[in-house]
Amino acid sequence: MSDQLGAWQLILTGDANLFAIVRLSLAVSLSAVALAAIAGLPLGALLALTRFPGRSVLVVLLNALMGLPPVVVGLAVYLLLSRSGPLGELGILFTPTAMVIAQTVLIVPIIAALTRQTVEDLWVEYRDELSAMDVGPAGRMITLLWDARFSLLTALLAGFGRAAAEVGAVMIVGGNIDGFTRTMTTAISLETSKGNLPLAMGLGLVLVAIVLAINAAAWGTRVWSDRQAN
Amino acid sequence: MRAPSSDLPLVLDDVSLQAGSTTILKRLSLTITAGAPTLIVGPNGAGKTSLLRLCMGLSAPTTGRVSWGGRTDTTLARRAMLFQRPVMLRRTAAGNVGYALAQAGSPRKARAERIAALLDRVGLSELAQRPARRLSGGEQQRLALARALARDPELLLLDEPTANLDPAATRSVEAIVLAAAQSGIKIVMASHDLGQLRRLAGDVIFLIHGALCERGRTADFLDRPTTPEAAAFVRGDLVI
Repeated sequence: MSDQLGAWQLILTGDANLFAIVRLSLAVSLSAVALAAIAGLPLGALLALTRFPGRSVLVVLLNALMGLPPVVVGLAVYLLLSRSGPLGELGILFTPTAMVIAQTVLIVPIIAALTRQTVEDLWVEYRDELSAMDVGPAGRMITLLWDARFSLLTALLAGFGRAAAEVGAVMIVGGNIDGFTRTMTTAISLETSKGNLPLAMGLGLVLVAIVLAINAAAWGTRVWSDRQAN
Repeated sequence: MRAPSSDLPLVLDDVSLQAGSTTILKRLSLTITAGAPTLIVGPNGAGKTSLLRLCMGLSAPTTGRVSWGGRTDTTLARRAMLFQRPVMLRRTAAGNVGYALAQAGSPRKARAERIAALLDRVGLSELAQRPARRLSGGEQQRLALARALARDPELLLLDEPTANLDPAATRSVEAIVLAAAQSGIKIVMASHDLGQLRRLAGDVIFLIHGALCERGRTADFLDRPTTPEAAAFVRGDLVI
């Protein structure tokens, strides 16, 4: 009981340590979503609109990669960035940058796969009209991405939810260094094992609140877009 | 605008279309030149939509040749098409017309003015800022007409644009089509409505089972059909 009280105290008094961790988590995950969107949206649209040998294999692979275990991504990025790895000279292992990279790798497949599905469905509907308006390949991609914007926002939110909630990848490539690479999820894991339950629970509450807010936002966007243009 | 090359005459030379083992169009030869509207009539499944898609260059014939102004490449020079169920882009009415203008290469500076003029032409000025998908069926059909006219076409293909509309909405769509025809745009329109044939057509292409059954001036077709199928169609009998 006193642990719960402690947790609320930390949140309500605006505990500096707690909110520094929350800030870093949000910064890392939001950066990852932004980068993954830049890569994943065009990739998904391209895959939706092009036909080439081996495309189905790529689509299945991409769908499978949506369920990539975060620890495996963490391990792969770790090997890439470690001293002896191909990108070891950058010296960015155990920094927030490495964490952004790992989370980006984790969620690009999610955003790309959802984008592919959405854009492909919309293309079936738009194909004749766009062909009759003489829209070229690049124009098609841009048009479909724009006209699917509300559905794609849901894809981005799904990516953010995944990034914010994962612990394996940031733990491995970030190292959970206090005040530098400690995120909500890695801190919860550490503080729980240390027995510091108020901080762990406080962070847990904030994390759940953020995930809830994200889902509410996704749902709200749906409802709002249905009432708008669609 | 685009290169001044012309899409007329539209020539179909011994064109057949097959989907698997089904023959959709059988050895059609047609020449479509500028002038009064041409209506493609015939029962459902006669191949009207397939013929229009070939005329637009959206699909290629299995055998035979389609050419536009002597060219056989399907580059859209100055033709536009209105589908039976036009798809509204997820934008406002004005946004839909603006999009079509941009694709047709209309200069950005003059666009707002042209959007307003086109919406006025189809009677949708009041609804310019309404999301296109929230317009009624008749309004969507008129907006699709504005989008097609935005391409500044000399050949406008229409696939039963009034099939799902009530008489009032049909009347306003036909008025726009007639005005377009009077401004010099060649209209080629699929229909299975005899009244529409009387109101609009200069000449008729009558299709049965994908084959050309009869072609001629509307008055001749209605008064002196030469084939029993056409005679039955004109009488209002069910032609299958």
